[in-house]
Amino acid sequence: MTLNVLEGSMAVAESVRLCNPDVIAFYPITPQTHIAQEIATLIADGKLKCQHIEVESEFSALSAVIGSSAAGSRSYTATSSQGLALMHEVLFAAAGMRLPIVMNVVNRALSAPINIWNDYQDSVSERDTGWIQLYAETNQEAVDLTIKAFRIAEDKRVLLPIMVCMDGFFLSHTMEPVDIPKSIGNFIPKYKPTHAYLDSKRPMSQGTFAYPKPYNTLRHELSKTIDKSNIVIREVNEEFSKKFKRSSGNGLIDTYKNDRKISIITMGSLAGNLRYVVNKRDDCGLLRIVSFRPFPKCDIIDALKDKETVIIFEKDISLGTSGGSLFEEIRSALYSLDKKPKIIGVVCGIGGVDVKTDDIEKIIESADTMDNGKIVWLS
Amino acid sequence: MGAVTSAKLLASAAFKDGKSCQAFPFFGVDRRGSPVEAYCRIDDSFILVRQQVYTPDYVMILDKTLIGVVDVLAGLKEGGVIIVNSDVSVDFKSDAKVFRVDATKIAFDIFGKNLVNTPILGAFVKATGQVTFKSLIAAIKEHFKGDIADKNVEAVKRAYKECR
Repeated sequence: MTLNVLEGSMAVAESVRLCNPDVIAFYPITPQTHIAQEIATLIADGKLKCQHIEVESEFSALSAVIGSSAAGSRSYTATSSQGLALMHEVLFAAAGMRLPIVMNVVNRALSAPINIWNDYQDSVSERDTGWIQLYAETNQEAVDLTIKAFRIAEDKRVLLPIMVCMDGFFLSHTMEPVDIPKSIGNFIPKYKPTHAYLDSKRPMSQGTFAYPKPYNTLRHELSKTIDKSNIVIREVNEEFSKKFKRSSGNGLIDTYKNDRKISIITMGSLAGNLRYVVNKRDDCGLLRIVSFRPFPKCDIIDALKDKETVIIFEKDISLGTSGGSLFEEIRSALYSLDKKPKIIGVVCGIGGVDVKTDDIEKIIESADTMDNGKIVWLS
Repeated sequence: MGAVTSAKLLASAAFKDGKSCQAFPFFGVDRRGSPVEAYCRIDDSFILVRQQVYTPDYVMILDKTLIGVVDVLAGLKEGGVIIVNSDVSVDFKSDAKVFRVDATKIAFDIFGKNLVNTPILGAFVKATGQVTFKSLIAAIKEHFKGDIADKNVEAVKRAYKECR
């Protein structure tokens, strides 16, 4: 392992290079821009040999890689915020056509008003599209998850697109020590498409029309496949950890000192601040959700079943429910327990507002006096 | 003014000294010349916290015209140190120790333009000793190439010497 001080975007670009995609297309948008810029530089310098398609929008960027993936090429793109929102229609197509596209989402708030800073309203809004969603805590994890994503997506038991989500600015524009493996060997073998490719001797139609019955069957299959992808995510995480001596918890969730009576829960880089708080105190431990889709219901129940209180800190607001989506989903997962912990939701970091360790501690300290199901808005 | 690069070079130098580091900007607008804050944390082990720096040990002011416009000393710890780029002495009305260097003059002499982000680091090393001079030079040589690297090294050396 060789650590170097790298910006998150540069580090991710290097990890994409290691995975040798055949086709890349993107449209630059803050804060994804540095990834696009660095990958374009790698291609111009001859360090990454692939077809780079310049497009006029994010809708086209994803459409282009849907086309290249359907033709049998390993395909990659990256975006943020409004760019992801513009892709919305074709996100469903990528998943429905079972195309193993990898996309880094550099998380940023959505308009209006215009805001370039980090929160998860962009990717969480796309949770029902059939894409796997993994969230990175550190620049190292953004690198590792990007590499693992190609392997998971292309596994024959999965064949689904993956979003590797990383926090805008908090990771993308932050420099910290990162290890970029010199080589990943055969961890990502050459992509041999079996279901979607271009071959004049074996012509096929893809993404065609389907009557209610076959459509219904295919949607059910898609639902079962993304549910079962947790097995592959776990396996790939384990194999990666054997080879590179690092892991993202069990691949789906990550826990830290979680034997205490309170669990504080989050996704992404905010886990750093939560870890800091856990180290300072003796009453709480951390549960970090790595995989938001598939949603690791069983792992979450297992991690929270003996808790007195669980507090969910999330950079998302599901407008009309008063809280964030992670809060609602964890609360619903805990419904099956006979003895349910008290649950508190914290909407924080919306539009890039700093979530300070002091504020996190204040909420933990006042949790006792809060009603079960209370949602706090931190601003 | 290139404050983002200053923070990155400082982080890189600290890492070369065997420390862990974290450098990041607070972005307002992404264009040269607009007021920008950039932060650098240095520690012995991997840095978990990712919030902005509210109580700095050291403050570097690259542009003295910001003084009075922005509360440049906000949260500065007791016993903190200020490093300011200025041609005249500045009264901060604070107990903090102040180091001054005319980085603008150094920059115009060496680069022919107002690039103060590397010279100020020479003053930082002199004022704080938080990174070694050797590692700072190595970080600069890694970041810049050829003639530009040499000029930056020269600027840092001069700032180190002239910092008071």
